[in-house]
Amino acid sequence: MTQLPTATQRKLGLVIDLDTCVGCHACVISCKGWNTENYGAPLSDLDPYGPNPHGTFLNRVHSYEVQPPDLGTGTPAPAQLIHFPKSCLHCDDAPCVTVCPTGASYKRVEDGIVLVNESDCIGCGLCAWACPYGAREKDEVEGVMKKCTLCVDRIYNENLPEVDRTPACVRTCPAGARHFGDLADPDSHVSQLVAERGGMDLMPEMGTKPVNKYLPPRPRDASQREEIDILAPFLEPVAEEPKGFLGWLDRALDALPGGKS
Amino acid sequence: MPKDQPILDTSPKVSDEVRKTTCYMCACRCGINVHMKDGKVAYIEGNRDHPVNQGVLCAKGSAGIMQVNAPSRLKAPLKRVGPRGSGEFEEISWDEALQIATDWLAPLREKHPEKLAFFTGRDQSQSFTSLWAQGFGTPNYAAHGGFCSVNMAAAGIYTMGGAFWEFGQPDWDHTKLFLLFGVAEDHDSNPIKMGIGKIKERGARMIGVNPVRSGYNAVADDWFGITPGTDGLLIMALIHELFRAGKLDLDYLARFTNASCIVNEDPKSDQNGLLLRDDDGQPLVIDKRTGQLAPWNGEGVEPDLRATHRAAGITHRPVFHLMADRFLDPQYAPDAVADRTGIPATRIKRLAADLARVAFDEEIVIDRPWTDFRGKRHDKMIGRPVSMHAMRGISAHSNGFQTCRALHTLQIILGAVETPGGMRFKPPYPKPAHAHPKPHGGVTPGGPLNGPHLGFAQGPEDLLLHEDGSAIRIDKAFTWDNPFSAHGMMHMVISNAHAGDPYKIDTLFMYMANMAWNSSMNTKAVMDMLTDTDEAGDYKIPRIIYSDAYSSEMVAFADLILPDTTYLERYDCISLLDRPICEADAVADAIRWPVVEPDRDVRGFQSVLCDLGARLGLPGFVNEDGSQKFEDYADYITNHIRRPGIGPLAGWRMGEDGIQHGRGAPNEGQLDNYIANGGFWMSHVPDEAAYYKPFNRAYQDWAVEMGFYDSPQPYLFTPYVEPLRRLQLAAEGHGRVQPPEHLRQQVQDTMDPLPIWYAPLSDSLTDTETYDVHALSQRPMAMYHSWGTQNAWLRQIHGRNPLYVPTKIWEKHGFREGDWARVTSPAGEITVPVALMAALNDHTVWTWNAIGKRKGAWALDNDAAEAKPGFLLNHLIHELLPEKGDGMRWSNSDPITGQAAWFDLRVKIEKTDPPADKQSKPDFAPQASPVGKGPDVLAWKVGT
Repeated sequence: MTQLPTATQRKLGLVIDLDTCVGCHACVISCKGWNTENYGAPLSDLDPYGPNPHGTFLNRVHSYEVQPPDLGTGTPAPAQLIHFPKSCLHCDDAPCVTVCPTGASYKRVEDGIVLVNESDCIGCGLCAWACPYGAREKDEVEGVMKKCTLCVDRIYNENLPEVDRTPACVRTCPAGARHFGDLADPDSHVSQLVAERGGMDLMPEMGTKPVNKYLPPRPRDASQREEIDILAPFLEPVAEEPKGFLGWLDRALDALPGGKS
Repeated sequence: MPKDQPILDTSPKVSDEVRKTTCYMCACRCGINVHMKDGKVAYIEGNRDHPVNQGVLCAKGSAGIMQVNAPSRLKAPLKRVGPRGSGEFEEISWDEALQIATDWLAPLREKHPEKLAFFTGRDQSQSFTSLWAQGFGTPNYAAHGGFCSVNMAAAGIYTMGGAFWEFGQPDWDHTKLFLLFGVAEDHDSNPIKMGIGKIKERGARMIGVNPVRSGYNAVADDWFGITPGTDGLLIMALIHELFRAGKLDLDYLARFTNASCIVNEDPKSDQNGLLLRDDDGQPLVIDKRTGQLAPWNGEGVEPDLRATHRAAGITHRPVFHLMADRFLDPQYAPDAVADRTGIPATRIKRLAADLARVAFDEEIVIDRPWTDFRGKRHDKMIGRPVSMHAMRGISAHSNGFQTCRALHTLQIILGAVETPGGMRFKPPYPKPAHAHPKPHGGVTPGGPLNGPHLGFAQGPEDLLLHEDGSAIRIDKAFTWDNPFSAHGMMHMVISNAHAGDPYKIDTLFMYMANMAWNSSMNTKAVMDMLTDTDEAGDYKIPRIIYSDAYSSEMVAFADLILPDTTYLERYDCISLLDRPICEADAVADAIRWPVVEPDRDVRGFQSVLCDLGARLGLPGFVNEDGSQKFEDYADYITNHIRRPGIGPLAGWRMGEDGIQHGRGAPNEGQLDNYIANGGFWMSHVPDEAAYYKPFNRAYQDWAVEMGFYDSPQPYLFTPYVEPLRRLQLAAEGHGRVQPPEHLRQQVQDTMDPLPIWYAPLSDSLTDTETYDVHALSQRPMAMYHSWGTQNAWLRQIHGRNPLYVPTKIWEKHGFREGDWARVTSPAGEITVPVALMAALNDHTVWTWNAIGKRKGAWALDNDAAEAKPGFLLNHLIHELLPEKGDGMRWSNSDPITGQAAWFDLRVKIEKTDPPADKQSKPDFAPQASPVGKGPDVLAWKVGT
């Protein structure tokens, strides 16, 4: 058993906007690149050019089809596709830490980041079993557990320009769907986003108290909901055929600045 | 800190050095920071200062490190030793390779330059490769636009001087309603994602019109799951509604478009349907101040949209009246198009109302005075904050050109082009069709071609036809079959060369074009054509030279391979002479430079052309004494002069008083200047010139200063395209250059000077009840233009491509997970795995394009998913239309531009037993790999 800190000074984490994520996987590969070259062992790939390529990733994007309920129009609402990026959520009550038999997994007191000390990790995989989110992967070459570090080697790194002291996935996201900050600070950008957009915990029923939050997609397909009148009414015709149209045109041009009257 | 919390170094060294260059993982051309450790590539991220990507980078870009180390990289020049297609080669030296090429090409140039067909695929150096081809003297040169998006590009240029992507972009900072049509999850990769992020952050809305709700359409606030090939019908219905309701920007239409130009309506005139012109050839409008005819560009002229001109008993009306006739036609009413588009009439009407509301009730006013080309001072810039984007989706149909024209016309009638919140051009665009070169095909044995190959025809006289009416070009571009084929027709080259129609060629020379696989229609037949022999046992296409960096399927079909470098090992220029990286607010160009040196015996293709060009004595490639003019491509980039003061790169040129930008003499330190500046040059458009670019004196003056053109070139947008009408007049019997009889009706029907919609051409030749399902393909975002299948990281994301089937078809056939289907078209049959997708048009199936690979290619294992269940739809798409029984070969292309009609495909679906070996059909024998196979394990850490 490994102990969690009773409290952390900050709660650094990600806020991921599911309304904006286009599912491009930029974050996945940027993460793979940075973390292959940096913290701990490289993220390896087995059978990279063969029939079953499988490597270690700290961040993956899954796509889910969602069938919304009937909108009351008599026809079913169109199905939707949700792109869902997933990585470690740096939980306050991280079961992956408490289950660790060697103390390799830990949650940092100063910022709440959950990390694996690879030199102490025996690759037993208990943490991956305990994590309800499937956020940990065992690197098959190195035999250690790998997980999102929130780019702990970037966010404080004095060798990087200040603007780049952010996780690789956040820096690279083309749609701006990923945000990084201190969720313990109610005035932070990320806390404000969560408040404004109804940011949600992933699977709160698991009691893990995740730090990362997801911003839900905004309602879609308004034009198919008869009952919601947020759109303009149909256009009023000025003419149904060319002759009538030219009559309207006369009047319309006269009414323009510089027209007749 | 608890005692068991380890001490971390949170400031480790990031890299030894950052080298800034330009990405080439797709065609988007973002700026990248390549972090180097121990002289190797350690990490790639976006360059924050770069105009295209502003720091972000997509999955492809970050995966570039796996491209530079890809096992599929070619290692040395190769000479074929086995039969074509086998993949059996021997490595040879560069001297031998270049000697072979010279021995083959020099005699052709002396006697029959046209017997060289030189086609470059995903080439980003077309202003250079076309110069080489021009020097060689062959008329047979183009890149891949003909099978990509020429409908969009050409429709944009003919209608308003540019389309999207390199030509223009939505005003992301101001737009309030963004419409995205069709497959566009490809071009302009990062800017579109950034733009969508921006409009979502502002709470603006986005609407997707696409049969497939993936990618960008998945985040659209509203989705129109349209039936393929009917986008034009939907757009025409929107225009119909806007006309019917008078929701039009009349002031904009009158001042800045040819809606106010007067049409010759004398049915007896050989100018019927053309614009009335003055003695200087300028189109005429009626000036509101006088009620008289006046040239469109006269100082102070106030064009009138309504007044007509009566002469000799004939009333000549402004274009706008013809537009009303066309667009108010009840055939375009929402109720009339609902069934065919699959979009209920109420939704079409709502969308039209939405467009009108945002454009006119939510107009944007920027307090910034500007002066138009007639000298009129405007005290404000008025924006219609509706914007659009579309590329290949609506383009790749045989009605694509007119559909794209309709889309541009929709933007124009709303006054939403080059106004705040609408669509904005990227310098050096806008550039109207008449300011582009015309096509050239004048061959002189031993000498250069008489001008640039590709261009914008203005009428029948500009077509590339011999006196007997036969085609000058091997691809039959610029003929009556497809008169405005501005990008050539790469997809017809092999088929025509094999058929000897219009003539036989000797050498097919290709670059970065996987024509033996995913870049061809009718792939199996193309492979057969490449290997087919005549009675004497000689190959019907006698010689094939190919350049690629990787072991693609096409390599096996070449006789001589000139191996290219990867993009991090070479010089390149992304030039204003070509397709630059500009943004709406800035002109910009960029370079690549070798951030690492090749570790193999490979050379940048353009440097090889400098060498080969000199060996062949091509004009522009040799000095007066016959010696090689450019040592390599870097030398060319620095020292080539296109016209006085203008070279491939606009930054850091040499003026009389030192460094200057835009115009100037060559500067030997230019590439170093680019490298020091992060690999690019950029200059901002002045504020007063930011909008109304075609009409704005401040912009025109700035464009001249920058060297885009040599005098101001204002023009009107042209919802009415006269060059199309000139073709129709010929079809009506006017003029010297006449279409052949069998094409007369097609020219009349499709080359309408105002946008129209007609059903995809193959529909009338196909039993649409049997082939009742539309079939599409698209590249995934993480792989578009990325040669990504060989990429160890990207193929873990997109390594499989089932056929996605909508719920109705899924249930009709009783499909279950793991099932397979036999998919048949009039052209062929495939057997492939299926998967259910609900967010899909009811009558459409689709798959990821170019995931399927041939065994032996790309250094993949023969059992790789790409080569087993992976498949191509290409086998179902013929490059020709089904036989009409007239003995003709009708190309499966847009009749105006020749764009390959990939997305007109119709299929029949049947459930079938899964093959025991889970191998998709057709299956092909493995090619021998010239590079061997990749490693079993990767753990790629270059630093210690």
